[in-house]
Amino acid sequence: MIHSLFLINQSGDIFLEKHWKSVIGRSVCDYFFEAKEKAVEPENVPPVLQTPHHYLITIFRGKLFFLSVIQTEVSPLFVIEFLHRIADTIQDYFGECSETVIKDNVVTVYELLEEMLDNGFPLATESNILKEMIKPPTILRSVVNTLTGGSNVGDMLPTGQLSNIPWRRAGVKYTNNEAYFDVIEEIDAIVDKSGTTVFAEIQGVIEACVRLSGMPDLTLSFMNPSLLDDVSFHPCVRFKRWEAERVLSFIPPDGNFTLMNYHVSSQNVVAIPVYVKQSINFFESGSCGRLDITIGPKQTMGKTVEGLMVTVHMPKAVLSVNLTPTQGSCTYDSATKVLVWDIGKLNPQKLPNLRGSLSMQSGAPKPEENPSLNIDLKIQQLAISGLKVSRLDMYGEKYKPFKGVKYVTKAGKFQVRS
Amino acid sequence: MSASSAFNDEKGGSSSVGEPEYGHDPASGGIFSSDYKRHDDLKEMLDSNKDSLKLEAMKRIVAMIARGKNASDLFPAVVKNVACKNIEVKKLVYVYLVRYAEEQQDLALLSISTFQRGLKDPNQLIRASALRVLSSIRVTIIVPIMMLAIKEAASDMSPYVRKTAAHAIPKLYSLDPEQKDQLIEVIEKLLADKTTLVAGSVVMAFEEVCPERIDLIHKNYRKLCNLLIDVEEWGQVVIINMLTRYARTQFLNPNINESLLEEGGSGEKTFYGSDDEEDEDEEEKEKKAETAAMAKRKPYVMDPDHRLLLRNTKPLLQSRNAAVVMAVAQLYFHLAPKAEVGVIAKALVRLLRSHSEVQYVVLQNVATMTIKRRGMFEPYLKSFYIRSTDPTQIKVLKLEVLTNLANETNISTILREFQTYIKSMDKDFVAATIQAIGRCATNIGEVRDTCLNGLVQLLSNRDELVVAESVVVIKKLLQMQPEKHSDIIKHMAKLTDNIQVPMARASILWLIGEYCEHVPKIAPDVLRKMAKSFTNEEDIVKLQIINLAAKLYLTNSKQTKLLTQYVLNLAKYDQNYDIRDRARFIRQLIVPTEKSGALSKYAKKLFLALKPAPVLESPFKDRDHFQLGSLSHLLNAKAGGYQELPDWPEAAPDPSVRNVETEEVITTGEGRIGLLGDWREVPEWTKCSSREKRKEKKVEKPFYSDSEGESGPTESADSESDSGSGSESASGSEVSASGSESEESEEGSESEEEEQKDKKKTKKELKKPVQESESEQSSEEEERKHARKSKISKSESESESDEEDESESESSESESEDSESEAEVKKKKKAAESKPPCKPVKKENKKEKKEISLLDLDDFDPTPSPQVTPVNSFLSSSLVTDLEGLSLSDSVLAPATMAPSSALKSYELLHRITGEGLQVEFCFSRQPFSPDANMVAVQMHFTNNASADAKSLHMEDVKLQSGMRVREFPEIELLPAGETATAVMGIDFCDSTQAANFQLCTQTRKFFVSIQPPVGELMRPVFLTENEFKKEQGQLMGMNEITEKLTLDATCRNEHTIVQRVTAAANLSRVPCGSDKECRFAGRTVTSGSLVLVTVVTREEGAAQLTVNCEKMVIGTMLVKDILLALTQ
Repeated sequence: MIHSLFLINQSGDIFLEKHWKSVIGRSVCDYFFEAKEKAVEPENVPPVLQTPHHYLITIFRGKLFFLSVIQTEVSPLFVIEFLHRIADTIQDYFGECSETVIKDNVVTVYELLEEMLDNGFPLATESNILKEMIKPPTILRSVVNTLTGGSNVGDMLPTGQLSNIPWRRAGVKYTNNEAYFDVIEEIDAIVDKSGTTVFAEIQGVIEACVRLSGMPDLTLSFMNPSLLDDVSFHPCVRFKRWEAERVLSFIPPDGNFTLMNYHVSSQNVVAIPVYVKQSINFFESGSCGRLDITIGPKQTMGKTVEGLMVTVHMPKAVLSVNLTPTQGSCTYDSATKVLVWDIGKLNPQKLPNLRGSLSMQSGAPKPEENPSLNIDLKIQQLAISGLKVSRLDMYGEKYKPFKGVKYVTKAGKFQVRS
Repeated sequence: MSASSAFNDEKGGSSSVGEPEYGHDPASGGIFSSDYKRHDDLKEMLDSNKDSLKLEAMKRIVAMIARGKNASDLFPAVVKNVACKNIEVKKLVYVYLVRYAEEQQDLALLSISTFQRGLKDPNQLIRASALRVLSSIRVTIIVPIMMLAIKEAASDMSPYVRKTAAHAIPKLYSLDPEQKDQLIEVIEKLLADKTTLVAGSVVMAFEEVCPERIDLIHKNYRKLCNLLIDVEEWGQVVIINMLTRYARTQFLNPNINESLLEEGGSGEKTFYGSDDEEDEDEEEKEKKAETAAMAKRKPYVMDPDHRLLLRNTKPLLQSRNAAVVMAVAQLYFHLAPKAEVGVIAKALVRLLRSHSEVQYVVLQNVATMTIKRRGMFEPYLKSFYIRSTDPTQIKVLKLEVLTNLANETNISTILREFQTYIKSMDKDFVAATIQAIGRCATNIGEVRDTCLNGLVQLLSNRDELVVAESVVVIKKLLQMQPEKHSDIIKHMAKLTDNIQVPMARASILWLIGEYCEHVPKIAPDVLRKMAKSFTNEEDIVKLQIINLAAKLYLTNSKQTKLLTQYVLNLAKYDQNYDIRDRARFIRQLIVPTEKSGALSKYAKKLFLALKPAPVLESPFKDRDHFQLGSLSHLLNAKAGGYQELPDWPEAAPDPSVRNVETEEVITTGEGRIGLLGDWREVPEWTKCSSREKRKEKKVEKPFYSDSEGESGPTESADSESDSGSGSESASGSEVSASGSESEESEEGSESEEEEQKDKKKTKKELKKPVQESESEQSSEEEERKHARKSKISKSESESESDEEDESESESSESESEDSESEAEVKKKKKAAESKPPCKPVKKENKKEKKEISLLDLDDFDPTPSPQVTPVNSFLSSSLVTDLEGLSLSDSVLAPATMAPSSALKSYELLHRITGEGLQVEFCFSRQPFSPDANMVAVQMHFTNNASADAKSLHMEDVKLQSGMRVREFPEIELLPAGETATAVMGIDFCDSTQAANFQLCTQTRKFFVSIQPPVGELMRPVFLTENEFKKEQGQLMGMNEITEKLTLDATCRNEHTIVQRVTAAANLSRVPCGSDKECRFAGRTVTSGSLVLVTVVTREEGAAQLTVNCEKMVIGTMLVKDILLALTQ
């Protein structure tokens, strides 16, 4: 399966390598560098490359390339999914997945990699188990360790991997028992120039933060589960119960995890919370253009729209902008040609507007297409699909936990064509 | 190869440290000298006594490894720390060892003994990690040690250790492929394992070592299907992919009728049906109708096992792991009836929300699927709409899917989408869109004109790439109806002035040449312009200019003769030899000379032949002959190790090969974790219909309709007696029957069989009563040999000459036979009662014989003798030959778990390799040690495998923890080569599990060994009545009581097995008890005589509670763990 792993930063330095079978020389990465050169943009590097003796499967995450070397037939998704799991684990351990963090914790990362794969086949990938074996660093512990010479490796042998519930560590104890669920919905939409919705759907996710002692058995039920069209679960969820009763029954992992992802059935008309009036014009002569964008509320269910932000990838010819927002701030990065207008809260009384001129490279032809606008927004205390959690019950333990559900709606891939 | 590299490194290492790496690791080159100095202080730190220093040093070394710097010169300093007590240091040393062992083979061997010791550790996690590291050290010399370790671990009590063993199999295989046969045996054994922990890993090993041995799966098929949902996600992927292949060989194509009807009928194909294809279609239709009619005569009925697979994989579409979803999707695509494939679409569309790499792979697979089954994804058309922020490679793939999905109802929406895409800033994407439009136009006749007009408009686009791509596509479209579009051709002719992209220029020239008759006035003028610029054109354009010239010469020689000659002359002196060649060739062909051959007459026909319009095909067409989701599919080329997806069989192979005892199937269901759903048993209909089927096949067998129908082995035995078609498949199933036997019975039968073999070999040593039983055994053996056409007797003589391979094959063969008979005996009563009269008499005899012989053996059973045979080590037949000469009068005949009192676990004290031929094993005989009642009796078996005699075996230099005492065994004066001897020693462990360390000495050598007792051996049984027990228990409450809840393993839910397992784990005696829900045991520790009371209370569905009351809390805690382990596995 996975033979070796190389971590490569965007400038092409290999700063970590790990081999699970015999050692493969770094020169194998040259094929990747070649492809990277050709692709220009890092996200356009083909994830799977064929070289004379090996196959390279790469993911690009957090400005890093995770490059794995494969020698024989394997399901590519298997490797990709696993590489992402590595990145997730690093993120989980150190708060972010970046070159500096990995370099600072190189030994811990290396130990993690050692535990996660055996002979290239995944061994322990559940973060609960890994944390039992290799404790994540905290400031307190690192201070203690330097004083006492202690270590990050658990001195107890982890029992989690022997258990029937491999995702939960044993002997969890909290003084405050709490279970919080965040229902986060994202609107994916494409709105065309005239304001009609070409395509819209709602993708939701339930993120859980469960800190409960012992072995709690939880049941989460919804008021309107029929809204959910397609779902995917954390392995802890009992699928049969869902099929039969449409409730989520599970013994949770300890800590933060994604309980389920869902898709709201397509029959429901998706409410689009904002409308965008825009006109972007480039003039044939004089190498300049005009931009005028106004955003207003559409279907917000009486809630305020926050964190509103508009991102525009301008054509290459746009050199600089001279724009004035009535609200928020506007920046233009002339290197990446990205215009960001950070609006903040949407005030229905006074609609935010951005207008001004664009100056273009002289002599450049008028761009074919107007750039499309990517909208970001957030609505607190609202699940736009109308999904509601009805109750959370706990079995198996005697104490009374604190429970909480939070709803947030965000813009996912929300694009307005112009 | 690895050996030679080791040699090099060794040489390099001795001359100058680290030098060889220096050459090919430029990264470390620059700071090499400073590295070298730093290494010195690392060495110092490693040699120090402080763990913190060692840890610091190891951390720095591992950081070096991580950065790819060479740290191999530190090997000797690091390997010393392999036995370090500090876990983190140890772990880092392991990391180092695994990385460099291959380069420093000799030094790496120093660490082996540590791992070998670890393999015997009572803690399963330590055993597992020892095996993991041992098997990761790629040193060829330890292959036999690894083999042995794997075999032993494969029958370890702990499923985690067995999982590790499964992981180790491919490692050993890649190190030494010659071990394949032995490894397959281990795989076969592990495939029969019933725990979810092992399933994924062993299938992985199966796929890497012996993917072609599909027959090993038969007996495990249903179990794998049922376990699937609880296997960890990575294992699920591997199992599903394997089962897809399996199903393709074993079941019939569920779409056999539909696919024929669909393709032949006027279904979806009509959109593609262009005019000229119609004739062919007609023919095909007829043909297909015929076959369809034929197929109708044989109605398709899905094999229940096929259904089982589909049903049990379906929930996994809801997995969070994209690889699992993809695996299920491909399984459905390849195996499901057409009507059911639809379910996967939704899940695959969901994956499009995931990381872009996941999208990339999923879209490739969706693209392939949409060609075969368009309808499936049509409802999700909009999910493939493209966003400007998508990476180009994703855009292009989505475009591909959209094009595949286009049909006359949705084409207008799709084209409107395409319209927006054409304006994109991403030019590669625009080019792909234009091609997509071209494909839509060719496929869907209605929109051809619209598309063409749109493309023509693009010809005035400012971007040259767009224009060029349009020209290429228009060229293809025009070929379909050139006469209608001469104005377009004219328009394009004008473009030659502006357009610079060679491919586009070439396309225009070709078009003009091909249709010069439609544009008679323009064509010569274009040639004139081209002749002018000829020298500056790209090669591909030059070739088309020559082409155009030739065609014009043939149609309009008056106007173009001179021009053509001019062009040909230019071409004659071109740098490119292709062009020179072409010019020469064309000149000969078209310019009539005296010498010109017969061909020139046909020049016109050659050049102006009617050319068929190109078919614009998806690059994903026919990719589905690769298993979807595989690397090979993605690359559209066979990757190394890819297993072809077989075609459906014409006729279904015998479904009965998958039959296992019903009993077993149900226990598998119960043994599930029970978390992800409710437990499933084999559904009723499975049994019914499979029985029905068999009825169809073998009507002459009335006894299948009676109640004992399902048992696999019995059945196959029956069908063996059946003549004709049945016999072949039956013999196949018989062999594989052994695999599915429950583990206990297999172990048992194995040891039984081993024993028989041993007896044969060691006749001279057998005591009298044993000989008696042996003769009986052998007569029984005779009987079987008869059935087996006396294969065994042949191999027997061979095995006597110590041919390892031979004895191997023999053992496996007779093993399967034995396990079969074992199973038969198990159900003997029922079978005997319900056996139909048509049963051959000989069989009946055999059965009875066996019964008797087994009973006889049982008689030997209870006598606990000091001579105990290690059950576990019996796995390797090489070991068997090692142990030959051990007289085996008792105990082994019953399987370990069935009679724990007799089958005592044996531990290795000295391995025959480390012991240089001397092998020592020990076990706790549970006999009172007569010289000193406070000591635990330890039974030692010495085997001398060396060629020379061993003399004066004795103990020396005993190192003990304070308070412990040892009574040495009497010196063994002489142990001749090939002989074995037994001795008993006594150790007072002081009620602790501390090891007793001592040296085992022969005349010439000394070996450091240690004996560490499991806690259960530190006690001896006492007899208490129920009341006494309750009274004592009442006094040992509070801190002295430890209670644990547990779920009993499916195989040990009855009282009998619980008693067996507990007594096997600890030397306790049963306390009589009124309730059958409670089992009580009592004992006293050997040294202090503290009471140990154990209670197991069983509840419904395997729930149970274990209580241990013991004054010594440490003993109590350890005992709880051991018993828990024994009961849950």
